Amino acid sequence: MTNEPVPLTLSAKHLQRNYGNHQAVQNITLELRRGEVLGLLGPNGAGKTTTLRMITGNLAPSAGSIEICGVDLLNNPREAKAYLGYLPEMPPLYFDMTVDEYLRFVARLHRVEKQRIPHLLESSKIRCGLPDRGRQLIGTLSKGLQQRVGIAQAIIHEPDVIILDEPTVGLDPNQMRELRELIQDLRKSCSIILSTHILSEVEWACDRVHIMHEGRMVLSETLAGLKQKGINLETVFTQLTQQTVPVQ
Amino acid sequence: MIFTVAHKELRALFSSPLAWILLALVQILLTWVFLGRLDAFLQVQPQLVQIANPPGFTEIIVMPVFALAAILLLMITPLLTMRQLAEERKNHTLVLLLSAPISVTEIVLGKFLGLMVFLLSIIALIVALSMTLLAGGTLDFGLLISGAVGLFLLVCCFVALGLYVSSLTAQPVIAAIGVLGVLVGFWLIDLVASDYEGWIHYFSIFKHFEQFNNGLLDSLSVVYFILFTSLFLLLTVRRLDGERLYG
Repeated sequence: MTNEPVPLTLSAKHLQRNYGNHQAVQNITLELRRGEVLGLLGPNGAGKTTTLRMITGNLAPSAGSIEICGVDLLNNPREAKAYLGYLPEMPPLYFDMTVDEYLRFVARLHRVEKQRIPHLLESSKIRCGLPDRGRQLIGTLSKGLQQRVGIAQAIIHEPDVIILDEPTVGLDPNQMRELRELIQDLRKSCSIILSTHILSEVEWACDRVHIMHEGRMVLSETLAGLKQKGINLETVFTQLTQQTVPVQ
Repeated sequence: MIFTVAHKELRALFSSPLAWILLALVQILLTWVFLGRLDAFLQVQPQLVQIANPPGFTEIIVMPVFALAAILLLMITPLLTMRQLAEERKNHTLVLLLSAPISVTEIVLGKFLGLMVFLLSIIALIVALSMTLLAGGTLDFGLLISGAVGLFLLVCCFVALGLYVSSLTAQPVIAAIGVLGVLVGFWLIDLVASDYEGWIHYFSIFKHFEQFNNGLLDSLSVVYFILFTSLFLLLTVRRLDGERLYG
């Protein structure tokens, strides 16, 4: 690590979200620096998706603050969202559009200048392994290809922060390996949050790991740090998420 | 940004058979009525000549066609608006719009604009149909324009209401039935309350439209249409915003 501080791309402080009396997310603090890949782990229903929806401006937090590249998401959503690329759990695809039409629409939605669109369209298609699918209707693509269109959608406008919610669902082992390569390539220019409940995904892709359980952050550690302490990710995951009282 | 959304909606409409079938069906039905009225006009023409200041083409042929067009639009607008927000929600694409750097107001106005452009093309075709009468006589252009403006404002109300109902549910069919129910309700106000001049008439969309179709540009009716449209667009924005806050 160099001494020069790497700029923060995302900082979420003390996020809280209530649904009625139920607290889905409590006091979550996340920080992400440029070039970092953060793994957000947790069993189903731990509040991962809720947290990501708050960070992407789809859900207003009950308390807490979110800054993206120094811009406050809650006070200045339009500016802040321009730095974000988001692939939700269900890829947001229009089945009656072709891949090219769809990606062009997404680029325009993100205020990409008109003359840059053809170039970005090509490069995002190549990065996601879709170079010859441009004229195909999204509805006729296989699940794995649709997932790739979803990823292309999240990166086409070259965002600073990319948020992928369970991106490997529906991918075969080869495509998973390609996704891994894509993430390694993307991290050169931006930071990534990867939400998943597959532990091996985190081990191959991430620098840091956060484990969530019942709406709380129960572990926040670098993978290198875990390795140093000789702790196996799987053991610690099982340990932390099977008890109801969280370990601080 | 409004135009980006509107452009996408229009593309989606015209790349599906729905838009073309609707355009064709409306045109066929209206032309049928149009020809029927033309026939009737030609039959009574000899008697009309004897009256001082007789009604012309526009009153006898065009106005009934416009009145029928209003009812047809009442039935097809729900088919178009139902897809908008309900389907976006059902296909999980609403997330894409909500996480893009674009405000909810822009999304709603974009969708409104896209649909209005499509429906304006229907109105333009109806006006074009009426213009064919120029081949055999003259038209009362004031009346024609007033009718077209009335139709346009009426459709604004339909679309705004349709978008609102569509924002309430994730089921397009429920959105369609909901809007249709409310619109038919507005239509029935006229039938139920036709025998007296009550306050309820102020709420009847079609009563206000009739004013236009009779060539009367009443500012009260204009205000009514504008208020109706803005109210439901505003409610749609509030509803989508509320989802972010409470959903």
